[in-house]
Parts: sequence; structure tokens; C-alpha cells
Amino acid sequence: MSQSRIMPAFRPTISFTLLYLSLVVLIPLSTLVFKSFQLSFDDYLNIITNKRVVAAFRVSFGTALGAAVIASFFGFIVAWVLTRYTFSGKRFFHALIDLPFALPTAVAGIVLATIFQPSGMLGKFLKTNFDLQIGFKPAGIVVALIFISIPFVVRTVEPVLQEFDSRMEEAASSLGATRWQVFTKIIFPNIFPALLTGFALSFARGVGEYGSVIFIAGNLPYVSEIVPLLIITKLEQYDMPGATAIALTMLVISFLLLLLINLLQNWVRKRSGQL
Amino acid sequence: MSIVLSNISKNFGDFSALHDIDLEIPEGELVALLGPSGCGKTTLLRIIAGLEQTDKGQILLNGEDKTQHHVSQRGIGFVFQHYALFRHMTVFDNVAFGMRVKDKKVRPNETEIAKKTHALLELVQLDWLHNRFPDQLSGGQRQRIALARALAVEPSVLLLDEPFGALDASVRKDLRQWLRNLHHELNVTSIFVTHDQEEAMEVASQVVVLNKGRIEQQGSPADIYDYPANAFVSKFIGQTNEFQLSHFSTDWFEKVGLPISEEITKDSIAHVRPHDIEITKTTNDTPVTLKDWQHLGALIRIELTKILPNGNPKAVFAEMPNEQFKRLQLNRGDKVDLKIRHAHWFH
Repeated sequence: MSQSRIMPAFRPTISFTLLYLSLVVLIPLSTLVFKSFQLSFDDYLNIITNKRVVAAFRVSFGTALGAAVIASFFGFIVAWVLTRYTFSGKRFFHALIDLPFALPTAVAGIVLATIFQPSGMLGKFLKTNFDLQIGFKPAGIVVALIFISIPFVVRTVEPVLQEFDSRMEEAASSLGATRWQVFTKIIFPNIFPALLTGFALSFARGVGEYGSVIFIAGNLPYVSEIVPLLIITKLEQYDMPGATAIALTMLVISFLLLLLINLLQNWVRKRSGQL
Repeated sequence: MSIVLSNISKNFGDFSALHDIDLEIPEGELVALLGPSGCGKTTLLRIIAGLEQTDKGQILLNGEDKTQHHVSQRGIGFVFQHYALFRHMTVFDNVAFGMRVKDKKVRPNETEIAKKTHALLELVQLDWLHNRFPDQLSGGQRQRIALARALAVEPSVLLLDEPFGALDASVRKDLRQWLRNLHHELNVTSIFVTHDQEEAMEVASQVVVLNKGRIEQQGSPADIYDYPANAFVSKFIGQTNEFQLSHFSTDWFEKVGLPISEEITKDSIAHVRPHDIEITKTTNDTPVTLKDWQHLGALIRIELTKILPNGNPKAVFAEMPNEQFKRLQLNRGDKVDLKIRHAHWFH
């Protein structure tokens, strides 16, 4: 704010940022808050402590968390393969990774539902061999969310892996470290902040995902009904206050969780000298 | 610990980086692998370390065949050109790393590790930085931390890849002397790679000159300077003037003080160091004129132009102490007589 700032253009850029944040994020979200103020606090509590609502919250956050963990694990492996090795068809793989970004999520949902339903290709196989049902169960939601969120992990981890100085690995080897020690003590700590970002992105995406989930979930109240669906249902019943109350709660929880991940990330970075 | 390399060859695709390298390095030496860029010196160092596999040949460390050993099993310490410090660890953790990854049975306990780490950091005079991260250090400090880290595993051989390459001139000068003293103190067999002949001459007890994947000459810095084995070494190891016999008359060589012996043929080339050329002012109509001079501290470098018998000019460089040059009272454009004290002939 003083005139002696080294980086110029602080004023115009911060103004633009604030303008953007208010127009696109803050105003719509505050409308949500104001709408829910039409309710008394007791009404609000009644709505969100409703058993069906609580169950939906559990399903939404539980599946998003599970999917984010699994997507982080596999996304890391995919990013590793794409950066560390050269093989034929690598470009093809690269294009394939981004496909879930572009595909309408409903299409993904319908396709996954088709193959995972008990009579579907994979569904039947799992049913007969492992007595496992994925379609129309919370597990189905996890599958759909993994499909949607893997590219987030791959694309956040990949550039960091790419820029990773392989001399550090050689140095660790020359100091007597085994391959496993090189991975756990040198590579992973350097990749971890990026992996956390990927995790946060896929978690956020998973909590809000609607299109792909509703086709495979079965949408059974108390079992596989997600919060976004519940909001839509309320809206269809012209229960505007109910919908906003649930939406607001979801917003607050998501914000707190993402803030938590951010703090964790900061802590990791600070501890490893990257801040 | 002695190092013996026999028959080392390495190809990268069609490019042959090293051909049949045979090299013996006695225990306790500080050896420079010297050569122009692309000569294979770093590849050779990485092969000794086990960071690169040789296509054929053998690597014996202290008489033991280590050719097939993984880098972590060779007992070497490697200092990378850009240090490769672990940027997510403090200086202390960087140095302690080698001790902490040891097998449980031989790993010292944390107190011992801390004691030794601090001792090493004191050795490199940087114990006060033990809490910092690598990104917070200067180039010279990083270099010394990298060295301390490599020494922590008590390597029997210390390998350094262009150890001073990324530092600025004054830091480089200090570190060279410091490295030489440190080697004197620890006496661990060390090899460093450099493309800077001055650095090789100043630091090393033995210099190995490489060119195009082959060893051109191995010897003490004095040997290499005074008795270069071939024209490449002569040119690479210091400034030289080249006089091709076919371009000058035999009379001229005799006049400047270089008698033509029998083994010298018409394809021979005389290599003359600038400090082996003496000049005197003359009024004779000689075809040598003084063009310009530069101050190099205690020495003056004098640029002369000699007109060849075919009419083309040729630049000749001479060097002499400042005082002597002042006494000669020369000006640009003066005619001078040359006297050559010593030359190496190559065919």
C-alpha cells in the first residue's frame, strides 16, 4: 500500500480480485445466508437435524472423503508412471486422464451405472465372484467420485514430480539409502504438499458432485442419498427455506474442512522449509 | 583407498562417451579429472560412483571389484555440481541423513549422530547454520554443507563433480584452498571434475587430462605443464603460441633461438608458452610489431603481430613481469626482436 512496493500494480490487481470475489463468490453465497435467515434458529436446527438430512450429510462427506483418499493414492501412482517412465502410448494416456474433465458428468454416471448395476458387466462379475454389489450402494458413489476426481490429483502432482530434482535421489542413494528410503524420506516429503492440494480438490469436487452420482447411487434415503440431491428434492417441493438451510450447512462444513486442509498444508510446508 | 579402473567404456546410443579408460589412483591422492566440456569426465566420475553403469571394464576400489555394486554399497561420497541438498530438510538433517538411513544393526544412536553431525558442521565452519534450510544458504555455504553430508558416511573415496563450477570467482578461490587443506587433514582419496585448468593445477596433486573419451595424460601438475604429452594437452593446460615449421623459414627459427634438430619435420609445430618469449626493442626492419598489451596483475600480456613469409599477419602473445616491461619503454607500433627460450615440438 505504500509507494515503495517492489511489485507494482498492487492496487489494480487487489481491486480486481475483490470485485471478482464479490460478484462471483460473495454475493451469491451471502444471498444463501440471507435466505436462510428467514428461518428461526429452531426451525433451522429442526431441518438439519432431521434424520434423513444427517444421513445424507454422512453419505456425502463420507463418500467424498473415501473417494479423495483412493483417488490420491491411485492418482499419485498414475502421475508417477506418466513422469518417470517412457512407454508407447504415453500421449494417449495423457489425453485419457483429462477426459473426465470434459465429459458431461451425467454421461459418466450413466455409463458407470450401466456397468456396475447388478446385471451389468462388472456388476455381475463382482456379484457372482465376490458377492459384492457396487451399483446403487454408497460404494457406487465412491466409484463415480473417483472417476471424476482422479484427474485433479494427477494434474496437481504431475508438475511437481516433473520438476523434482533427481540429483536429490542420487545423493540419497550415494549416502547409502535404500530405494524405499529414497522414496519415503526424499521423494514423498517433497511431493506431499502437492498431493494434499490434489486431495483437497478432489474432496471439494466430490462433496459437490451431483450429475454422475445420482445415476449410480440408487438414491435410497438414509443409505445412498447425497446432500445435493436432497437440496434438489426440497426445491422441487417448493421448500426454499429447507433447501437453503441444508445448502448453508454444507457450505460451512466444506469451508471448514478445506480450511483445515489448507492449514495442514501450510504446516507441512513450513516444517519442510518451503515457506 | 586406491582406485583402479580398467578398460572402462561407455556409449550413450551412438555417442561413445568413454573408450577403454585405464586409470590407477593411489591412496590419499587428490586427483583432478580435467578436460573440455563433453570429454566424458563427469561420466567417468559417475561410473566410479555407480550412478552410471559401465558398458564394459572393471572398477576396483581398494582391490575389491565393485563394478556390479549399487551406488549405496560402494562406500563413496559424492558431491554434486549443484549440491543436490535435500531442500525439505534442515542443514543438520541433511548432514545426519547418511547416518540415519544406516541399517539398524550398525546405526549409531541419535546422540552419537548429533555429536558427529555437529563435529562435521564445525569442520566446514557452518555449525551456526544447522537450523537453516538449504534455500536460505549462499552457494559457498551449500557447497560446504554438501561436502559435510558426503563426509558423514566416512566414505573411502570422495567424488566431486565440478565442485566450484557454480560459485563466483572470489568464493571459488577461497574454497579451492580450503578444499586442499581439508584434503590434507582428512587424507581421503578424492577425485574432482573440472574444466578449469587453473583450478586443476592449483588444487590437485595429480591431474588426469581427458579429451573425447580418452585419457591424454596423467601426472603431477608440474609434469603436465612442463612436459605435455601432446599438442592437445599443451594447448589445454595453458596459453601457447603455435609456430608451424611450414609457415616459417628454418633460418627464422634459428635466429629466435630454436635450433631445428633432426627429428623435426616440415609438419612439426612448435608450442611456445608466452612467458618463454623474450622481446627487445629494435631498429632493424623486423616483421614483428607490438600491437597492444594488457595488465594481468603482476604480469603484462603483450600482443605482437608477426608478418608471415606469405604476407599474412599472425598474432603472438608474450608475457613478462610488470617491472621488466616498464624498463623496455615500449609503445604501440614499435618494432621488436623475438627470442624464444623454450618450445615443445609436436608432430
